[in-house]
Amino acid sequence: MKENELREFINVVVSYFQDVTGETVEMGMPYIKENKSVILDYTGVIGISGPRKGAIYLTASKVMLKEVAAIILGADEVDDECAIDMVGEITNTIAGNVRQSFGSSFMISVPIILKGSPEDVVFKLQPPVFIIPIKWRTFSSYLVVGLE
Amino acid sequence: MKFMIVDDSVIMRKAIEKYCKTFNFDFVGAAGNGIDALKLFNEHLPDIVTMDITMPEMDGIACLEEVLKIKPETKVIIITALKDKETGLKALRIGAKGYLTKPFSEAQIQEEIKSVLGE
Repeated sequence: MKENELREFINVVVSYFQDVTGETVEMGMPYIKENKSVILDYTGVIGISGPRKGAIYLTASKVMLKEVAAIILGADEVDDECAIDMVGEITNTIAGNVRQSFGSSFMISVPIILKGSPEDVVFKLQPPVFIIPIKWRTFSSYLVVGLE
Repeated sequence: MKFMIVDDSVIMRKAIEKYCKTFNFDFVGAAGNGIDALKLFNEHLPDIVTMDITMPEMDGIACLEEVLKIKPETKVIIITALKDKETGLKALRIGAKGYLTKPFSEAQIQEEIKSVLGE
């Protein structure tokens, strides 16, 4: 994956949080995934097909996802189901928004949601797989991008 | 005016419903995929529909085509994360009356609906 493509994912994440929460996110330095997977409470996975193949996933804590959902809904509190839904929606929005630069041949699947950090979850992504750290408020989350 | 929401995200369905309360539409229901949407559409024949694209079972583009076969005058507003021009143009060519990309604000969806209603 080219540097400008990675930058596009970063720009989309920054815009997403700015537009939805009115707050800025702190983007960490992307790094290449080694053996250890980064998996938090809930993970939304989007498969990519077409000329570019692979997947992207966003993993975040339940508390963070509930806070984002509460902002969208104008609610003081939301339930766990909202956190699960939220991770899929954020991942879907990021994957869909990058089509502005990647084009319509960048085919995205519906999100698959993973709960917890099961040991047997294996993401068979073609290396190099990039991990982009995201910090919103006090919460850390990660966008993981693996594209051929 | 009968109003229906189609989106596979519960949060988006709730948000769209909340943001559109100001219009005093007769909200007939929400669906999470194209198949369920067609059942609901046939039951209520709504006048205005917000339609996501990336959904399981049947996507929003296929659902849009079916909805317009049933009731061609339906005002369908596509609300999707897909930000490429080709998809937007395709939806408008098929007959969507509006196209809004996610994420969107309350003001943006209200503006889009007003525009589609000619207000």
